[in-house]
Amino acid sequence: MTQWRPPLPLVGAWLGLLALLALTVTLAYVPLGTGNSVVALSIGTIKAGLVAAIFMELRHRSGLTLIFAGAGLFWLGILLWLGLMDFMTRT
Amino acid sequence: MSEKNYLTTDYTLKSWFLTTDHKRIAILYFASLIFFFFIGGAAATAIRIELATPQADLVSSDIYNRLFTMHGIIMVWFFLIPSIPNTLGNFIVPLMIGARDLAFPRLNLMSWYIFMLGGCTTLFAIFAGGVDTGWTFYTPFSTLYSNSYVIVAAAGVFIAGFSSILTGLNFIVTIHRLRAPGLTWYRLPLFLWSLYATSVILVLATPVLAITLILIATERFFGVGIFDPRIGGDPLLFQHLFWFYSHPAVYIMILPGMGVINELVSCYSRKQVFGYKFVAWASLAIAAVGFLVWGHHMFVSGQSLVASLVFSFMSFIVAVPSAIKVFNWTATLHKGSIHFDAPMLYALAFIGLFTIGGLTGLFLACLAFDVHATDTYFVVAHFHYIMVGGMVTAYFGGLHYWWPKMTGRHYSEYWARTAAVLIFFGFNLTFFPQFILGAEGMPRRYHVYPPEFQVWNVLSSGGAAILAVAYLMPLLYLGYSAFFGARASANPWNATGLEWQTSSPPPEFNFTTQPVVTRAPYQYNGDFQAEPQNA
Ligand code: HEM
Ligand SMILES: [Cu+2]
Repeated sequence: MTQWRPPLPLVGAWLGLLALLALTVTLAYVPLGTGNSVVALSIGTIKAGLVAAIFMELRHRSGLTLIFAGAGLFWLGILLWLGLMDFMTRT
Repeated sequence: MSEKNYLTTDYTLKSWFLTTDHKRIAILYFASLIFFFFIGGAAATAIRIELATPQADLVSSDIYNRLFTMHGIIMVWFFLIPSIPNTLGNFIVPLMIGARDLAFPRLNLMSWYIFMLGGCTTLFAIFAGGVDTGWTFYTPFSTLYSNSYVIVAAAGVFIAGFSSILTGLNFIVTIHRLRAPGLTWYRLPLFLWSLYATSVILVLATPVLAITLILIATERFFGVGIFDPRIGGDPLLFQHLFWFYSHPAVYIMILPGMGVINELVSCYSRKQVFGYKFVAWASLAIAAVGFLVWGHHMFVSGQSLVASLVFSFMSFIVAVPSAIKVFNWTATLHKGSIHFDAPMLYALAFIGLFTIGGLTGLFLACLAFDVHATDTYFVVAHFHYIMVGGMVTAYFGGLHYWWPKMTGRHYSEYWARTAAVLIFFGFNLTFFPQFILGAEGMPRRYHVYPPEFQVWNVLSSGGAAILAVAYLMPLLYLGYSAFFGARASANPWNATGLEWQTSSPPPEFNFTTQPVVTRAPYQYNGDFQAEPQNA
């Protein structure tokens, strides 16, 4: 289908994800209060972005594919947002 | 028969099991779904027999748990979700848009194999020892305590999910890319709009279910703390994930039914659908808002009050597009020249039953009422009104409507009408008493109950017996008609829609010449002459 591309970006993205994972795990042990959630979620967002752009190859797509993939990420956001809302406001 | 059609091109088994013809695949699904419907129905029968008396005289509590679990799993995942999309949808979608086939015919066949693999895996779990978690697989029960075949059953559902995703994808691409010349979005039959919305949900929600089931397996096998609080998990997380899929999934079940009803109502009242654009966009609105309300299944689970209030509010909003549809069907009927053919009887039954189901959904969306009604028969009645009264009725309606197209034969109108009326009667007798039982406080999922509840339970079981007979009747007269029925012409109902412009049954590649669309859909002008049918 698409022309052959060197897998360099894939390997890079993989290494990047591993590094981010290590960072998440490390930061989880640093007491930051609510900062911990913020940091963890931000890193998670970056990871999701990497996966979407590079593994899902969204950076090479356009139009409808982007809309549908974007919708998927958007609804994932809704799941996380409403789910977290419960989690954060539980007594 | 002179010309070859899709049924007569080839008779070998291989030609069926390796076919890529969407019409034959629809028939494969049709046969498989009848099979699953029977298994699910058998469990339901056993449940209703057991509940006819307050004591446990038929089965033990352990078996009872396995029975309702089996009933729920089979009916939801292996009947309701695939029913209309995979049988009627598979058959009709390419015909309705004037295409030769779906966009990915081989993927379509693969979806069926995946579906069967999932179904057989789940059946294996059920017959090897059963599952007792309920169809919702709630944790921590499903991960820690239940010593039944949870993982195998969940694996079956997981596999079947891929079939859903692939079918959804296939429909989306087909509707985008393969429409006949002139078939603009606003000329699409509403059945296609509803299937499009359904497919979007299938593609966006099913992966979440798959992930959730994998997490169950991970916790059960490796003891990773995901849902179990003792090892750092959160038990409510499961319910969030599960209902994030399963609430939208109830719209996977009902939207295709609504789509069928649009076709039936306008055809048999010979009128254009009232408010076409509203109905079309209501489908997409339901699909979108349906993703925001899952927490209404968790009002008493211990989620925060803030979350409950938000989800309660959202649930009222999702009822709006559903109501738009009901109002528009009613307005379509208004001053129409109505013909009470069997499909129309099903459509009218649908409108009534769906309205009751939807309105009681609003009761349940009220936080205060739901706290009283959760886990009672009120909930059972609510979702059966929608899923059985709504979806199964729509399925039968659509099946009768398109039967002459699918088989080239007419069924007996007399028996079809009788069955439709009996289904309506049996259904209400079965499920209406359950609203009363629920309001009086009878909990669901119990097989013994205080004797004062017996009256309503006996009525319900009696209704179920009628319903069972009524559901068997189509098997007989439709089965008979498939071989001996009177021949049907290309367009026996004088309906609009491209699927009626090719012969019945259609030839292998649907159309001998590419159809072109020049008009808005549903241009009826009162001219109805159903062909004479054998009685
Ligand atoms: C019209 C809008 C609807 C509203 C506002 C609504 C509301 C609700 C609420 C609040 C519950 C939770 C009750 C409880 O567990 O205490 C519920 C349960 C349920 N509803 Fe609906 N509903 C609607 C439409 C539907 C549709 C269209 C379907 C299916 C096609 C459906 C199927 C179900 C099922 C299966 C359950 C029970 C799940 C379980 O606990 O096993 N509902 N509904
Ligand atoms: Cu719901």
